[in-house]
Parts: sequence; structure tokens; C-alpha cells
Amino acid sequence: MTPLKTEILIAGPAASGAALVLSAPISFWGGVDPFTGDIIDARHPDRGRNITGKILALPGTIGSSSASAVLLELVRNGLAPAAIILHEPDAILLLGLIVAHEMGWRTPIALKLDRELQKGLAEQVTISADGLIAA
Amino acid sequence: MTSLTRHESATAAGADGAAMAMRIVAESARLLGAPRLICVQSAHIDGALYHGDAGTLFAEELVRLGAKVAIRATLNVGALDLMGCSKSHLSGARRDMAKRLMLAYEAMGCEKSWTCAPYQAGHRPALGSDVAWGESNAVAFCNSVLGARTNRYGDYLDIACAITGRAPDCGLHRAENRLATVIVDVSGLPAALFGSDWIWPVLGTLYGREIGTSIGIVSGVTGPVSEDKLKAFGAAAASSGGVGLFHIAGVTPEAPDVVTATGGRLATRITVTPAMVHAAQAGLSTIHGAASIDAVAIGSPHLSLEELESVGSLLASRPARVPIYACTGRHVVREADRTGLRKALEKLNVIVVADTCVVVTPILPDINGVLMTNSGKFAHYAPGNTGYDVVYGSLSDCIESAIAGRPVITNAALRP
Repeated sequence: MTPLKTEILIAGPAASGAALVLSAPISFWGGVDPFTGDIIDARHPDRGRNITGKILALPGTIGSSSASAVLLELVRNGLAPAAIILHEPDAILLLGLIVAHEMGWRTPIALKLDRELQKGLAEQVTISADGLIAA
Repeated sequence: MTSLTRHESATAAGADGAAMAMRIVAESARLLGAPRLICVQSAHIDGALYHGDAGTLFAEELVRLGAKVAIRATLNVGALDLMGCSKSHLSGARRDMAKRLMLAYEAMGCEKSWTCAPYQAGHRPALGSDVAWGESNAVAFCNSVLGARTNRYGDYLDIACAITGRAPDCGLHRAENRLATVIVDVSGLPAALFGSDWIWPVLGTLYGREIGTSIGIVSGVTGPVSEDKLKAFGAAAASSGGVGLFHIAGVTPEAPDVVTATGGRLATRITVTPAMVHAAQAGLSTIHGAASIDAVAIGSPHLSLEELESVGSLLASRPARVPIYACTGRHVVREADRTGLRKALEKLNVIVVADTCVVVTPILPDINGVLMTNSGKFAHYAPGNTGYDVVYGSLSDCIESAIAGRPVITNAALRP
């Protein structure tokens, strides 16, 4: 497929890995375990999957003001996704990456991609540092 | 694209704590689509509650880089009762990190208020002023009851705004985004209902669930509504629906009437029926017909002095069979210590919890028990955070239940 051009929300290194395209919006606070990277929200259809090292595509996020804290802990614990793809920017969640970057920790790239296009992502995905997604 | 002033750009280019804070505010503004930053007059900071070590390391890094708050900044609850009124079971390294986190925020010049009701501890920004507040109930009260303007500033952005005195210019800072688009009509409910304390968390829960993050106005409320009732309504609405600003016609300052609060624009109307109230009230309890209770928890948001005093008068010297956890701020504890109220309450099996509360840190005994509460917010969060089932009731029913050791529900409207 032709590479998809996306908008970079937070700059970061090129990444490649298995895509994990969530089938429903998620709240990181109470939804993702900061000490394992597991999806723990009992009502989430992807419960039990692990986001660590994945190209994580989120069709939506549910705002808790502590989502940033969970993402910051994940980064510090070396359990963050390799890249985060969002349908729309979530300033609270991405604040976790902004702060992690300020702390000098290695942070994943974050991109904006429509949730309909997220569904077309291949099982293995490569993302360049300038935001191009290739299968 | 966010444009910064020369001063803001120069600050962000530095290498100190203020520079780090300015970059965090500016990056957030960019993601939020804010065209510029605005000056804020005060902050209320939720970031000192321990979620994990990274938060502590961030706060300590700011301290190391010499960051100080530039504006008045009160602190929300932490994970520990630094006043020593109650005991958290948090232990070992986690307790140390939670303590270090609280001390780091104090070191940046934040006020040691340690309360989720700063607006009852003397922090009351003026009508129309811009501020940067965190903690959902405090945000709702600040916007709605005080008429000051804030978005929901969560972990990390709150302290960054306090250090820089700046916030992204967007959302509820802008007058046009504060107009109601939904009318929640409660005129069909019995007028006497609005005088009782238990209705406000129920209405707040119902309101939050119906309108989510939209701005609404409640119309049809009769009689004066106390600040403690508005506090309970806002906390419940914020936890069930993410409400950051509500209006009540004839009660809150930006809503002298419906036309003013909606800006004269067409609004969706939701008519609240008694059946909807009954359903919302029943939904606050996770267990019905419990034979006994293990504890009572009150004070989310933190109890005012008046509320703590009413616990005393409702107990009327009768000891509680199960403990009553009364969560409040040190501004109330100081007063209650001066008058001897705390000692008197403790003799009757009341455990005063200061600086924190029972759903954010492990204070309750570690059992899968039954908790009775008059707080919509506790009812919402206690099952997930503590493992306790919840029975919801009025304050007087909570106290009678604590004395009896089993649920005592006297209000007919509260019976399922």
C-alpha cells in the first residue's frame, strides 16, 4: 500500500512493530495498568491485550485528568507503546509524553490518523520519524 | 498554532524549572489549539496525589531546577494524612514516595491546604477571573458557584500553570463556551425536595449522566440553595459526567435566568421526572437490602465545619457501632480542635481523616465490606477503589445507620 501521511502530534523516533488497533475508546486511568501495560478495563472489548511496544491505534480516548500520569508511568517503566496513533489529539493523555520528554526519558512518537483509516492498518506497521506509515 | 509573547518565549528557552513549566504549558496549548496563553490569577493543584514514582520524580526535578509557583496555589489532597488524625495503610517505598511527592509540592511554594474543597478554605477567586484549577469537584465549584473561569487542569499541567502564571486560552476561559446548550427542567419535582440534603448528589448524578460534558442549566429549583448543597451537586455531576461548569437558574452567578445563561439561543430541554430521580438514587447504591454495614464514609468533597458540627449534633452523644470516617481539610480540623469537637467525635467512634480521603488512599480496613455514604462521589468511586459495596443515604440516615450497625433508611423517597 502507499504510505499514509499523518500529522505528527508529538515528535519521536521512527518505530515499527505489531499494530494494536483498539475497537473502542479507552480511558488510560483505570483502563491500562501502568506496571504491566495490560488493558484492565473490565468493560473494554480488548481487555487482556498488552500495549507495550505496539503501534497503538486509539479510535477515541475517554478523558480522565490522570490519563497523563498513567502514560508517564508507562514510559518510565519502559512499558510504553512504540507509537501512539490518535483519532484526535487528547491533550491530557499526550501531556504524559510532553512531561516524559522534559524528564529526558525516551518517548514514543504520537500521530493523528482518522479512526476509519486506523482500521486499514496492517498487522505489522512501520512509522518514519516524519509521520509516514508504511505496511 | 500558539503564539507566545517575547517574555514567554524567552522563559521557555531557559534551562530552569520555569522554562520546563513554560514549555509544558505551551506544548499543551498547541495540542489544544489555543491561539495564545492567558495570565491566570491562582491555581489549585491536584498533582500531589501519588499514582506512581514518575510523578514524584517529575515534581522533585522541578524543585531541583528551582521552580516556584508565581501565583497563589493551593494543594488538593495527598495520599497521606500529614495531620496524623488517621492512618493510611500505604507502606514501605510507596509511602516514602507519596510523602516525598507531597513535600516537593510544598517546597515549590504551594499552600499546605491539602483539601479538595479549597473554596471553603479561603481560596475564592473573583467572578470572571481566569484561574487554573484541578480536581473535578473544585473545578465545577470554581466555574459554577464562584463564576471564576477554569478548564480541568489535570496532573502536571496544573503545577506548570502555577509556576508560569499562564494557561492555554481556550475552553471555559472564553465567555462564548460558558453558555448553556441544555436546559434540565426540574420544575416537575416536589418543591420540598430541594430543601433536603440527599437530593443534591442524586440530582448531580442524574444531571451529569444526562448531559456529559455539555454545559447545562437547571431550571425550576425553588428556595435558597446552600453552598454545601451546590458542592455536593457539582461533585456528583463531575464524577458521573465530566461536568466542569453547570448553571442553576436564580442560584449560580452566571444564570440569573435561563435566557442569560443560554445567551438567548435555542437549547435542548430535558424534563426530569420523579421516576428518573428514583432510578438515579437507587443507582447510587450497589447493594440493596444489606443486613449490616461495616463503616460510614462522609466528606467527598471535604466536610465544611458546619457539616462536621452536624455530625456531632446528629450523634447526640450516642456512640456509633461502626466507624464513621469523616474526611475534611486541616482548615476544619484546626477549628474542630480548638472547640474540642474532634475529641468529642472521636469518643463516639468518628475517625476524622485530614489532608486525604478514604477513596484515594487505603484507610478503610482491607475487607470486601459494605460502606454507607451520603456522597455521590464516594458512591461513584468507592466500589472500584476500595472494593466496598455502597449504600447511599442522607447524612442523618448515615449517622443513624452507624449507630445501629445496619442501614436505616427513614426517608420514604429513598426507599427502592
